[in-house]
Amino acid sequence: MSEYKPKIIAFVCTWCTYAGADLAGTSRIKYASNVRLIRAPCTGRIDFMLLIKAFTMGADGIIVSGCHPNDCHYTSGNFHARRRWIIFRDLAKFTGIDVNRVMFSWVSAAEGARWAEIVNNFTDEIKKLGPYNSFRNLSATNFIEAVV
Amino acid sequence: MTEISKVEIQIAEDKNKIVLQNKAKELLQNKAVDIIVGYGEGTDNTVHAVFITNPDNTSELIYDERCLQNLAVYLLKAEVRKFTKIGIIANIPVMRTILQLASENQLKEEKIVIIGITADGSLKEFSGFNELQEYIQLNNLGISEEDQEILNKLDSMTAEERWNFWTEQFSRCNKCYACRAACPLCYCNRCQVEYNQPQIITPESTTQGNFEWHFMRAMHLAGRCIECGECGRACNVKIPVHLLTFKMSQTVKNTFGITAGTDAKLGSVMSTFKPDDKENFIQ
Repeated sequence: MSEYKPKIIAFVCTWCTYAGADLAGTSRIKYASNVRLIRAPCTGRIDFMLLIKAFTMGADGIIVSGCHPNDCHYTSGNFHARRRWIIFRDLAKFTGIDVNRVMFSWVSAAEGARWAEIVNNFTDEIKKLGPYNSFRNLSATNFIEAVV
Repeated sequence: MTEISKVEIQIAEDKNKIVLQNKAKELLQNKAVDIIVGYGEGTDNTVHAVFITNPDNTSELIYDERCLQNLAVYLLKAEVRKFTKIGIIANIPVMRTILQLASENQLKEEKIVIIGITADGSLKEFSGFNELQEYIQLNNLGISEEDQEILNKLDSMTAEERWNFWTEQFSRCNKCYACRAACPLCYCNRCQVEYNQPQIITPESTTQGNFEWHFMRAMHLAGRCIECGECGRACNVKIPVHLLTFKMSQTVKNTFGITAGTDAKLGSVMSTFKPDDKENFIQ
């Protein structure tokens, strides 16, 4: 059997983390290829439903990353996002979603090496946790129920 | 309960009812209000909302322990909103809703006449939102003990047990959206579930679609829920959906120190921020 390759979705802000990931590329830093980047204008734009959707569509882990506090291109987008994540994590815990599979970080445009490190560490963590089947099974069983 | 105390309660209730009816009649006759939203006797020992514009009909109004519905849900409906002055029979959850709606710029102070009902069932008048605020800050009931017990029990479970509990509950949901209709704070003209470009939640009523809906509802009510529990009472398959929003109010209170519906100038929790908001999970 081939090695388990987790699917990781990263929602990143275009001004900091996306540029940081770009820097990691131009500096030729190698990091785990399991991560797929989705670029958002700002962390404030990343709706919590996008994270739920990602899990439903088969993600094993999610990274949400943006500018450090006080560095937001739109002055306060990341502060608003931070409040939303505090609430999101609590509701996720309460409904039984595995919060270890959602990682939040601040990565600036100059931190290419840090981005690579974060992705590598998180990929290792998800590899240990294994595939996230709770959400996938939810949609699969329901599809059969609805058809029969 | 003995026969005598039952009779005593009945007498007190009747007295309160007459005081309430007379007050409503007076307000309508003096043109202090154009409409009164209150509770009336329904069929088969139920109560329902009544809308009174004629002073002769105020004898329909009642108030007793069956009157639990949050009447503030009608305040933003076009049929009620068209009147210039609205009188409302307000128990404590309704008062909190009024304050929260005011803080979200949905209600004007001069449009509302509050006929307050205190916790012991007697009548109390309020001159304005300031007085209402003071009263609520002293007499906020919070959530019931049974609900708190279930919340504590859920908190002590493991993540997997909670997941099983909620997916089992949500598998029974048939997406009638009664929780949305009953909630006085779900007043958006177009709800996100009605969007199909982009399709924000899965439209069909499967466990997964239901999970997405209830998750979204709880998130959108975070910091706005005034803990009336109307969504849970409205549910036709008895899913304790109110626990989700109660949990959110507690989180908001513990992390940001804000309780919805206690201040008419509170503003929205989720559209404001403090640079020193505390968290310990962002790397």
